[in-house]
Amino acid sequence: MAELLQVRDLRTYFYTFEGVVKAVDGVSYELEEGETLGLVGESGCGKSVSALSVMRLIPDPPGKIVDGEILFEDDDILKIDMDDMRQIRGGKISMVFQEPMTSLNPVLTVEKQLTETLQLHMGMNREESRREGVDLLARVGIPDPERRIKQYPHQFSGGMRQRVMIAMALSCNPKLIIADEPTTALDVTIQAQILELMKSLTSEFGVALIVITHNLGVVARYADRVNIMYAGKVIERGTAQEIYANPRHPYTVGLLNSVPRLDLPRRAKLDPIEGQPPDLVNLAPGCSFRDRCRWAVDKCATESPPLMSTGEGHWSACWRIEEMEGLVEEYRNDRIRDAVAEAAEGATGDGS
Amino acid sequence: MTTSPEVQAQGTGTATDDDILLDVRGLKMYFPVSSGLVFQRTVAYIKAVDGVSFTVKRGETLGLVGESGCGKTTTGRCILQLYKPTEGQVIFEGQDLTSLSTRMMREKRREMQVIFQDPYSSLNPRMTAGNIIGEPLIVHGLVHGKAEYRERVADLLQNVGLNPYMADRFPHEFSGGQRQRIGVARALSVGPKFIVADEPVSALDVSIQAQIINLLEDLQEQFGLTYLFIAHDLSVVRHISDRVGVMYLGHMMELAERNEIYVNPIHPYTRALLSAVPIPDPIIDAQRERILLTGEVPSPLNPPSGCVFHPRCPIANDECTQHLPELREVEPNHWAACIRADGYGAF
Repeated sequence: MAELLQVRDLRTYFYTFEGVVKAVDGVSYELEEGETLGLVGESGCGKSVSALSVMRLIPDPPGKIVDGEILFEDDDILKIDMDDMRQIRGGKISMVFQEPMTSLNPVLTVEKQLTETLQLHMGMNREESRREGVDLLARVGIPDPERRIKQYPHQFSGGMRQRVMIAMALSCNPKLIIADEPTTALDVTIQAQILELMKSLTSEFGVALIVITHNLGVVARYADRVNIMYAGKVIERGTAQEIYANPRHPYTVGLLNSVPRLDLPRRAKLDPIEGQPPDLVNLAPGCSFRDRCRWAVDKCATESPPLMSTGEGHWSACWRIEEMEGLVEEYRNDRIRDAVAEAAEGATGDGS
Repeated sequence: MTTSPEVQAQGTGTATDDDILLDVRGLKMYFPVSSGLVFQRTVAYIKAVDGVSFTVKRGETLGLVGESGCGKTTTGRCILQLYKPTEGQVIFEGQDLTSLSTRMMREKRREMQVIFQDPYSSLNPRMTAGNIIGEPLIVHGLVHGKAEYRERVADLLQNVGLNPYMADRFPHEFSGGQRQRIGVARALSVGPKFIVADEPVSALDVSIQAQIINLLEDLQEQFGLTYLFIAHDLSVVRHISDRVGVMYLGHMMELAERNEIYVNPIHPYTRALLSAVPIPDPIIDAQRERILLTGEVPSPLNPPSGCVFHPRCPIANDECTQHLPELREVEPNHWAACIRADGYGAF
């Protein structure tokens, strides 16, 4: 399939009083047409900044894209002028933000906000755009769209507002939608509705989707491929199945094992990743994860590992990549042994 | 609303034995909605909590789950008397807290503490970590002299996995996880028996959440604490709780032992809630039963008649629209508020 988006060695830095924050530091990935990519990481890992860079929405100053290429349909987004960029933004690439309340304008009706992009990008007149707007609202599952389109954002609930955001994002038949934590602010049952809606609409219209999230479960359910980010770098990349079944980076292994899971028997103790994420201003040389890594070796302190292939369509940035399969296996066996011991203890303890 | 608090209290297995630390009976919290600029009058009530009863045993963790606006936080605050409940009793060690004077309640707060959700806004930015932790010691007159004060604060910091030298730092110098540890130390300072943990990990990153959960469990063992753990994350609640209560629109929908409620959920709402949680494994997740609820949570200002869940319930019938189902013991120690609780299999 054709490559829709290619990000090559992207570096976005923020120049602050404390020093240079290397929010995104050498990120590369591709996205095919119609594909869903999950960008996963904790707060401050650079996942939002790397997506905002694609839209060229980095506040300057203090931020600056200092290096790299972003090829969208073979044009380098970073080289085109602002007028052309405005055509792409909201036209070919659109965005869904985390907070539907703060990203909709409270003093304008939904109609005004929804039809604005249609009039700008599609050259529709008022009547046409209104009809199209009603259509869009109906398509994202808002009941009674004729009446609802005249209302203000505060008259919508959180889930309904997010539907409006999705309608806006879809309005100009984009090629790519970037969704930044689209469901984090929503309740679990509403989350499921919104994700299901995004999935069905993107596959119906063949739109590629980048979902930025910290929720591993959301990615497992909806992404084709996954980028795991840590301290401004992609540290593991592969298909969702591969990443979850055969994680090949210690951070991914830690992340997957630190969350309690509904489908597995309950463990007496969780296995957290110890320590804190590093300060992006004073990044020491070497691998940024080594202080928290259970398998760090001397080399990790001196040289930063590049992304290396570890199988078909699967990359990991770890110096011990060759041994990782064995290490993960051993770690899993240890955990299973602990679980069995726990269960045995529990059984004798209960007397059952 | 048709069931009296007494009936519901019996329903939740109120025994007079000593192992019950907290007994909540028919708790109601209505917030008035007023209108008019000069002459304010109450035009309606938001029924945040509408007749909730449960007990918490000594040393256990009771988890309360539900979506935003279901009344779980309000329930926690009513227990601590941070809100004055509209109706109902909160019996802590045999004493009804709703009847205590402010002064007596202040004394009681030494035994019951709270950990808040947001470690960024719940710590005073102008106070050092040491003073935040130490203030309750002074307020309650628990220390005498500076040396003892410093020693206690250092102990508390160590208890929560921080270094004693951090006592002189200000909140902004700590990360989110460390701030939450300060919040935990503050709650521990007065030596409480009971702690209401209101979404203590939801503002934290995934890798840090596990650290705080393990800390809370260690402290429970060490100090014999009892927790009311309020959260919306069902996997976290299952991990930490001994029993779990599921709330919806101010009502308790289901209450059972941890494993029971996850393995054998009875209430249709609990089932939908569980199926909505994505599992971080694409293969397993794809095989799970998925119940997608339609619609959204109705406003507590104007809750539906009968069972509050009926507009979204996949198995509701006419009767559900008329009668509020009572929380009843469907199976031993497994309570559910659904008239169709038994006798249906798949839906």
